[in-house]
Amino acid sequence: MSLSFLLLAVAALCALSFYFGRQRAVALSGGRHSNLHSLPVHYGAYTAAWCGLPALALLLIWYMFQGSVIEALIISDLPQEILGDSGRLSLALNSISQIAAGGGEHLTVSPEIVDAGRRLANLQTIANAALVVVMLSVALAGLVLSYRRIEADMRARNNVERISRAIMIVCSAIAILSTVGIVFSLMFETLHFFSKINPLDFLFGLEWSPQTAIRADQVASEGAFGMIPLFVGTLLITLIAMCVAVPVGLFSAIYMGEYAAPKFRAVAKPALEILAGVPTVVYGFFAALTVAPFLRDNGAMLGLDVSSESALAAGLVMGIMIIPFVSSLSDDVMSQVPKSLRDGSYALGATKSETIRQVIFPAALPGIVGAVLLAVSRAIGETMIVVMAAGLAANMTVNPLQAVTTVTVQIVTLLVGDQEFDSAKTLSAFALGLVLFLVTLGLNVFALKVVQKYREKYD
Amino acid sequence: MAAVSQSAMTVESSVEKPKMTARNLDLFYSENQALYEVNLDIAEKQVTSLIGPSGCGKSTFLRCLNRMNDTIDGVTIKGEVTLDGRDIYDKRIDVVQLRARIGMVFQKPNPFPKSIYDNVAYGPRIHGLVNSRDELDEIVMTSLERAGLLKEVKDRLQSPATGLSGGQQQRLCIARAVAVSPEVILMDEPCSALDPIATAKVEELIDELRSNYTIVIVTHSMQQAARVSQRTAFFHLGKLVEVGETDQIFTNPKDERTKGYITGRFG
Repeated sequence: MSLSFLLLAVAALCALSFYFGRQRAVALSGGRHSNLHSLPVHYGAYTAAWCGLPALALLLIWYMFQGSVIEALIISDLPQEILGDSGRLSLALNSISQIAAGGGEHLTVSPEIVDAGRRLANLQTIANAALVVVMLSVALAGLVLSYRRIEADMRARNNVERISRAIMIVCSAIAILSTVGIVFSLMFETLHFFSKINPLDFLFGLEWSPQTAIRADQVASEGAFGMIPLFVGTLLITLIAMCVAVPVGLFSAIYMGEYAAPKFRAVAKPALEILAGVPTVVYGFFAALTVAPFLRDNGAMLGLDVSSESALAAGLVMGIMIIPFVSSLSDDVMSQVPKSLRDGSYALGATKSETIRQVIFPAALPGIVGAVLLAVSRAIGETMIVVMAAGLAANMTVNPLQAVTTVTVQIVTLLVGDQEFDSAKTLSAFALGLVLFLVTLGLNVFALKVVQKYREKYD
Repeated sequence: MAAVSQSAMTVESSVEKPKMTARNLDLFYSENQALYEVNLDIAEKQVTSLIGPSGCGKSTFLRCLNRMNDTIDGVTIKGEVTLDGRDIYDKRIDVVQLRARIGMVFQKPNPFPKSIYDNVAYGPRIHGLVNSRDELDEIVMTSLERAGLLKEVKDRLQSPATGLSGGQQQRLCIARAVAVSPEVILMDEPCSALDPIATAKVEELIDELRSNYTIVIVTHSMQQAARVSQRTAFFHLGKLVEVGETDQIFTNPKDERTKGYITGRFG
């Protein structure tokens, strides 16, 4: 029985137990629901939860341990000389699982290995059958036990509340733990990288050229892993992007929020937010195919030497991408400024623009700063536009007309294609990723703090 | 209904030297009519109080007097409101200048999130009333003095206004209104968010301000109306029911509804 059928069966059992639990509660109530402690549905939900949840928990635990338990069984039967050598052991385990999966005819292996392969297949079948039996019996046992516990004064409602709270805790734990997991996986690879490359060279090095020799006999440069040029490139592009996004976003937010007639606003605001829905890859080729050639040609007319993969093109398009981000966030914070403040200003004879400049904007400033910081962290982490429109050469320059590269671009190029996974070149991607993560995390935390502080002021 | 509208028409409302007048004022929020043919004179350098049950249109009427209703979408106004004999809804009137002549204090204290000094200096600055820092200091000090707040805040003019107590904030808002030297001050339930002691201070202040300004105050408290005002107007369901000397309204109301309201039978 496959997993999906098993899950379906458990779901069906849950539905049944819901029905039975409810029926029993109705029967106990003698027709008057007020005789019960809780509503009949609560009794149904109670039995359903006790039928389904232990079974699902069992399934998870089972899958967590099935592989390692079976592997331990197989290994214990392997001959001593294989066990002694970790390289041979992993090779043998590979062959065994291939044979167990029904392949491996082309393998030339010893008969013990073939036997072990068969045994593995056997064990897996047994384990799967056992899982079906155990899981269904747990579900059934849960059903019966909880069904029998139903009495008129049983606190089914409180029980169900507790169960649903536990489910929510598990869900949020999953979200948090996966973040932690991502950070840890980055961290381990980064530590691995730092065992090959001095962290100081990485953090403060001024040269980035990650081409190292893959084989010892290859002729290649030593490789330099200084991340400064990448961050300079990232910051340059981010700066250009913010120069576009902040004024345009802010002014459009002010116009939409304070000046626009409701009818115009109803059309224009969604239109602006469509910008946020354009896939970044589309912005990417807009930057690479439209904006960059445009800048290069016009630059040539002005006598400027614009690279065809200029920081300017990538930055401009990234700025356009971030406009809706800035505008809708700052629109939010400005509309939170209480009406009483506006009224107070108007009543003193202030015009609209005086009111905005001197009352609304200062009052909303912390929130706007927070919005801009969030936009910055978005720009720093943005990948697709810069992959397509910024260059690969790690030039250490602040001239926006030249090609620069960014942290995200380098991570992509380091990991795309066939790579050896323990060379400094590949591992450096993880180190870059970790630093990038820390920078954006810091910015986000700071921005949220600022926004929060602002919120407290008017509540 | 006929009797009601008739009595609304016959309200005797004129005074000898009105600072402001409203004539046949109708106001609509989109489709809903909120004011019906209001005729009211505001006497110069007196306190006129507007009383009536919630939703009777007294605040709406007050906001007609400095065109604050302009900031609300969907409001239409018919009729005439004058200041010193000039129609304030005339197209040639600049609403910014109008509001500099008619100040307003709101129900909830609404100091700007700036320093105490900057709150008071806000009006003079935007209207360019001063040429030097000294002049501005002078105006801020006089305004705070007039609002009876100077003694309490003179050592912390640069600290944020939001740190003041509710009563102090409201007096700061009065100082802020006074700082642009208006001729009329409108007050929309200025004490409803204040405790009795702060209320007493603000009422005292209103009484002092009367010598320099024409004041219109909306209030829910009949005692307050009796204490601070010389003339009282009673609104009911969007109509001006009765207006007259405060003493007369409270001791000898002509209309049954006024009598019912002030004796607490409804509202």
